Amino acid sequence: MTKLKLENPYFLVLQETVRLQIGDGMEKLKFAFYWAASCGGCEIAVLDINEKILDVVAKADIVFWPVAMDIKYKDVEAFPDKYIDVCFFNGAIRNEEQEHIAKLLRKKSKVLVAFGSCACDGCVVGLANLWDRETVFQRAYLETPSTKNPESVTPRTSVKVREGELELPEFYDTVKTLAQTVDVDYFISGCPPPVPLIIQALDAIFTNKLPPKGSVLMPNKSVCDECPREKKDKHLSEIKRIYEIEDDLKTCFWDQAVICMGPATRAGCGAQCPKVNVPCTGCNGPGPRVKDQGAAAISALASIATNPEVIDQVVDPVGTFYKYSLAHSILRRKVMK
Amino acid sequence: MKEIVIDPITRLEGHGKITIFLNDEGNVENAYLQVPELRGFERFCEGRRAEDLPIITTRICGVCPVAHHMAGAKAVDAAFNVEPTETAKKLRELEYCGYIIYDHILHFYFLGGPDFVVGPDAAPAKRNILGVIEKAGLEVGKEVIKHRAYGQKITEIIGGKATHPVSALPGGIAKILSEEERQEIEKMVRSCVEFAKFSLKLFDDIVLKNVDYVNLIKSEPYTLKTYYMGTVDKNNKVNFYDGDVRVVDQENKEFVKFAPSEYLDIIEEHVEPWTYVKLPYLKKIGWKGLVAGPHSGVYRVGPLGRLNAAEGMATPLAQAEYERMYKTLGGKPVHATLAFHWARLIELLYAAERALELVTDKDITSKNVKNKPGKPGEGVGIVEAARGTLMHHYILDEKALAKKVNLVVATTHNAPSICMSIKNAAKGLIHNGRVSDGLLNMVEMAFRAYDPCFACATHFAIGEMPLKVEIYNSERQLMKTLRR
Repeated sequence: MTKLKLENPYFLVLQETVRLQIGDGMEKLKFAFYWAASCGGCEIAVLDINEKILDVVAKADIVFWPVAMDIKYKDVEAFPDKYIDVCFFNGAIRNEEQEHIAKLLRKKSKVLVAFGSCACDGCVVGLANLWDRETVFQRAYLETPSTKNPESVTPRTSVKVREGELELPEFYDTVKTLAQTVDVDYFISGCPPPVPLIIQALDAIFTNKLPPKGSVLMPNKSVCDECPREKKDKHLSEIKRIYEIEDDLKTCFWDQAVICMGPATRAGCGAQCPKVNVPCTGCNGPGPRVKDQGAAAISALASIATNPEVIDQVVDPVGTFYKYSLAHSILRRKVMK
Repeated sequence: MKEIVIDPITRLEGHGKITIFLNDEGNVENAYLQVPELRGFERFCEGRRAEDLPIITTRICGVCPVAHHMAGAKAVDAAFNVEPTETAKKLRELEYCGYIIYDHILHFYFLGGPDFVVGPDAAPAKRNILGVIEKAGLEVGKEVIKHRAYGQKITEIIGGKATHPVSALPGGIAKILSEEERQEIEKMVRSCVEFAKFSLKLFDDIVLKNVDYVNLIKSEPYTLKTYYMGTVDKNNKVNFYDGDVRVVDQENKEFVKFAPSEYLDIIEEHVEPWTYVKLPYLKKIGWKGLVAGPHSGVYRVGPLGRLNAAEGMATPLAQAEYERMYKTLGGKPVHATLAFHWARLIELLYAAERALELVTDKDITSKNVKNKPGKPGEGVGIVEAARGTLMHHYILDEKALAKKVNLVVATTHNAPSICMSIKNAAKGLIHNGRVSDGLLNMVEMAFRAYDPCFACATHFAIGEMPLKVEIYNSERQLMKTLRR
């Protein structure tokens, strides 16, 4: 079985190149954490570094973390520009409040890290780009069978209630990634980011060994490189669903006619899903040198298909190939009418 | 009219905001818990492959992904009209127990428990896991971190990933447990049983032996007389993974017991324009606004909801603790919101005992983990998430793609009650326009008892509760700020 290697070859290669200078080595660094449209799993991943969280607190002051500290938006507005050394931003940009905070944190941070699949690639939340605000609201508040809503009420940005006025942030038509909203320095994808990669990134920050701006702080390999399953000569004459096969528990899913996102997906997770006999669904985002994760997977499929009918057997291509990366892809969204 | 805004209170599958309005006399008129975020899963799950639904829906919540994974898996089982193999069901339930262990420990020690262990009057800087370690000792702190990690590890072994597991498939589970892994889990689980017993003893020593705490639990501002809902087994004992859903009334009488497929006959959801979260109620009684009592359809779920809705626990140690709780608090049902914490620890013990039964079952390492799915159709899957009853409802087309998806998540059931509990706590502390500094603590304790799904970090390690109350006059000029 291949074991996840903690040493990332990326850092070794890039140690001598230009780095972003953070901190002066004397004072504690200043960190900020923020979540936008996300599930909280990125915070749990930070907790899952277990006792190492105490090292982080020893080496860095956390100056903004809405879930953990009483620091409000206006306190952040009062920070001098570039006051925060490193800001870890998770979550996609789904509403106006999130966009506002992304812009604010960019201005106040020396280094902005897109943390997790939502911030890097839009994640499953980005699949909402197949619809728009009106149709999302329609489903959630009007159509769902448990909802009773005879007056067709939907949430509004400003509502007068009996006692006064209540406000909500505006829900956008389109989900955007962090880099589509502001300039981003580093990327760590994954849903959530694998714990060893978080520890490695923190080490790089504390030892001032961050690679050049724009780098993805993940191994330059694909999930296949970490997968223990045996690869054979792939020829795809049909496509099956995972629940339709008698899995032999050792052969590559492609060789068993099941779509696996491994070839188009970046490593760093240790191929955890194939190790419990489930194909990779692509949550670590596009692999090295892959611009569009879905296009790369479709191209992999096309290159091994033995006849054109195989392509017709793909059901839900968007959900299969762009499950985590639609917002970040060249497709981005369904055309707005 | 004055307006008090607490923003952000913290997270509720997004971010939460409390607004309290005072009337002209300066007393509490109303309180609103707003959830200012929506992601739209019920829409974008449409068109997805059936087998992807239990994977996509885990992303609703990174704190309780196992609950969504299993509700999703059970909904696709039902939609494909397939019963998982016995081993698959046991593996799923074992993973589920691991999740409950991790989540209940997280809540008791990192989030809610510090209120009691360190004390409601302690400085906010001490009311977190570090404060707990200081009071209970470093060794205890290490045990807390170790056993939370055990829960995560059990999920990772069976589910593939601790956060966002993947292994449940229509008709079963992809993972086959090796004997080596079984032994590893057994060792962890045995340790968890002891740790759960220890946690209950800690609660006993620190909370129950302190008359002030017991009086606080029983006090009026923390009492809410609602209906209660939870999943039960054939003997009406609490079950997290499978069974029918039982609802009891304010007097402990069974109101209804229903199979998952019947949920639409029992509950409905109300929409308000001032929040992105819907407000559920019992359909037969109807939506009467944010009020409690037998004439309002509002019900509560989660640890206290489950214990109230059931007639006991299916394991011996947890059953003894169950009996003790009701004896101490004056019989069933318990309406004291702060008893959620006690109920949570009793469930921790049950989850550990149940996990031990499952991991020592001779079938658990069987390779017979999958049954063949039938034709795709419609299915409902219900499990008990740490925070309460979780419902997934899928309609599949002939290609086994999702045609329609409906989700009623755990915290949503409690949303109306959380609003009321906050209002009651505020009422006890705001009189004639004078706002006591104690408001922060009381409001915080009121909603934290429910463990609204987010909170992971509100209290952990280094943090303080992110609370600020701003009081505005009718011209919306800031008059006073309370903060920590």
